[in-house]
Amino acid sequence: MSIFTRAWQSWLALALALAALATFPLGISDIPVPYVPARMFSVYVLAIGGAITSLLPLPGLFLAAVLLVCSHFSTGLLLSRLTGNEGSGSVAFFLVLAANWLLAWRCVSLLSAIRTRSSTFDALLRLIIPAIFGAWILILWEALTRGLGIPFIILPPPSAIGARLMTSVPTLWADVQQTVFKAVVFGYVVGCASGFAVAILADRVAFFRHGLLPIANLMSALPIIGVAPIMVMWFGFDWQSKAAVVIVMTFFPMLVNTIAGLSAAGSMERDLMRSYASDYWQTLMKLRLPAAMPFIFNALKINSTLALIGAIVAEFFGTPIVGMGFRISTEIGRMNVDMVWAEIAVAALVGSVFYGLVALGERATTFWHPSNRGG
Amino acid sequence: MHREKLFQHRILPVATIVLVIIAIWYAGAYFMNAPFQRDLDRRGNVTSTSLEFFEKTMAQPKPTLPAPHQVAQNVFENTFLRRVTSNRSLVYHAGVTLSSTVVGFTLGTLLGILIAVGIVHVRALERSLMPWIIASQMVPILAVAPMVIVVLGAINITGLLPKALISTYLSFFPVTVGMVKGLRSPELIQLDLMRTYNASGAQTFWKLRVPASIPFLFTSMKVAIAASVVGAIVGELPTGAVAGIGSKLLAGAYYSQTIDIWAALIAGSVLAALLVAIVALAGKVADRAMGSKPMGRPA
Repeated sequence: MSIFTRAWQSWLALALALAALATFPLGISDIPVPYVPARMFSVYVLAIGGAITSLLPLPGLFLAAVLLVCSHFSTGLLLSRLTGNEGSGSVAFFLVLAANWLLAWRCVSLLSAIRTRSSTFDALLRLIIPAIFGAWILILWEALTRGLGIPFIILPPPSAIGARLMTSVPTLWADVQQTVFKAVVFGYVVGCASGFAVAILADRVAFFRHGLLPIANLMSALPIIGVAPIMVMWFGFDWQSKAAVVIVMTFFPMLVNTIAGLSAAGSMERDLMRSYASDYWQTLMKLRLPAAMPFIFNALKINSTLALIGAIVAEFFGTPIVGMGFRISTEIGRMNVDMVWAEIAVAALVGSVFYGLVALGERATTFWHPSNRGG
Repeated sequence: MHREKLFQHRILPVATIVLVIIAIWYAGAYFMNAPFQRDLDRRGNVTSTSLEFFEKTMAQPKPTLPAPHQVAQNVFENTFLRRVTSNRSLVYHAGVTLSSTVVGFTLGTLLGILIAVGIVHVRALERSLMPWIIASQMVPILAVAPMVIVVLGAINITGLLPKALISTYLSFFPVTVGMVKGLRSPELIQLDLMRTYNASGAQTFWKLRVPASIPFLFTSMKVAIAASVVGAIVGELPTGAVAGIGSKLLAGAYYSQTIDIWAALIAGSVLAALLVAIVALAGKVADRAMGSKPMGRPA
């Protein structure tokens, strides 16, 4: 009985694939490019075969592997049929797609249920499971835009965006250099450093801290991005104004988090430092700053996203003719939506790399912290 | 004793810092506006005493940095002296921004809670979706906002909804993360107790997990509403300066109406601060209604 409830995705997938087979062929009859029967045959064999196999009482890992191969090959063949036949997705097409999606879901559930001792295998699983999910977002996106013939302007398929990305690498690289390497890096470093310095100062002078903390807390909730037009007026169109926006945006999270972090060290440890007769700076360097590191890295992580957003949005208010924000706003004006999406993909990639670097730095400096030790 | 402490540790320092900021602001206004004023005087062959000169730098129509009283005056005029329906009224623009903020925030909170419930209950979702939720915030959505607006406009979805969608995207993330934490916050011993009561999954969810997650919900909602305001403001930028705080910023930037920009900035900040305060208050009320004892002030 439990096979019915546990493997419901497989049952449903089987039903959908059979229903699709009943409404064969996989497209309306007068499509421009006729399909190859052998290919369509393999689409069905893979989907139905995968569904039936997954119902057999076999080891989970083996089943997952079979499902992984079957559903994705079947989908690949299905999508390749769309070339030249945009907008011709029939009921059968979407039924098979849904069947394959359910099989992939089953595959993910099987993979998540696997308990393993080996850390390499576990790391691999941690990578594969989200990868399948991400792949299916792209697959569904591709299939829906092309199968339903959604206008290019509204949502281009991922394949077109990828192609555009490949052909305009020099432009994108120039934009990344202007926005990231000039504005973001400079603004991020200066903003975080000054936030940190002011936090140390506030830590030293209690009166200053009492006055500053409520204001800083308020400021970090405010829409600071609104200073972008002012900064563009003050510092001109080039990267300096964007860096200024980034500085203002990253300053307050760093300040608030560092002040919070500096009070993280326990009173026992502080008393110990006092019994060693260590002065303020020794206590700061050897006890309180290391204890504050998780908070500081939290701010660095928040700021890595904020910095990129700040620089891009500031470019909407005026730029030289290069930069990610400039590209987005002009290409949308020219209705080159694929270029906009390519720029977005690059921005997401840059953001992830940036975040990843900060996270690596955190691993290297706060390896002793409980949240990093426990695994 | 207590009052004295509040004064010494809160009001006095904050007031001092605010005064220092205003003083710096005035000094900055003088030095940033002085070159232009000097230029103006030279062309008009006017010689003025330093006091007159100082007054003039404080009263330029389009200053580089408007003096605080200029901004305050602009905010006051456009808030209290104009009819609320007027196009120049800050209340009107703040209202437009407020409406999309609230819609986006509501949608985002519901979506965030829904995803969190899914992640907590479906293991496959936790392992496959959670990394992407985090990655989703790497997409600088604010940068994409103009495209979302234009594209949705192309298929005849205009007005409130596109802006609200950007707020939704920004606000669902903190709620999801907070709620996952909150729904998982009951300890093993409490879950075991529910099991000894033979509670069903739904009962455990409604009677243990949900109440335990409420404080987490309000904490993350405070972050989410601040993000929603930002989303709504940036979402207004590409609408061709029709209405809202964002369009006011853009119009100010186009016509170099610096005082207007600063006034809009103040209005947006007040809006954000008010909304955060309202959510915080609602959190306190909910906390009390759920019977949590007011904790002693931490030393």
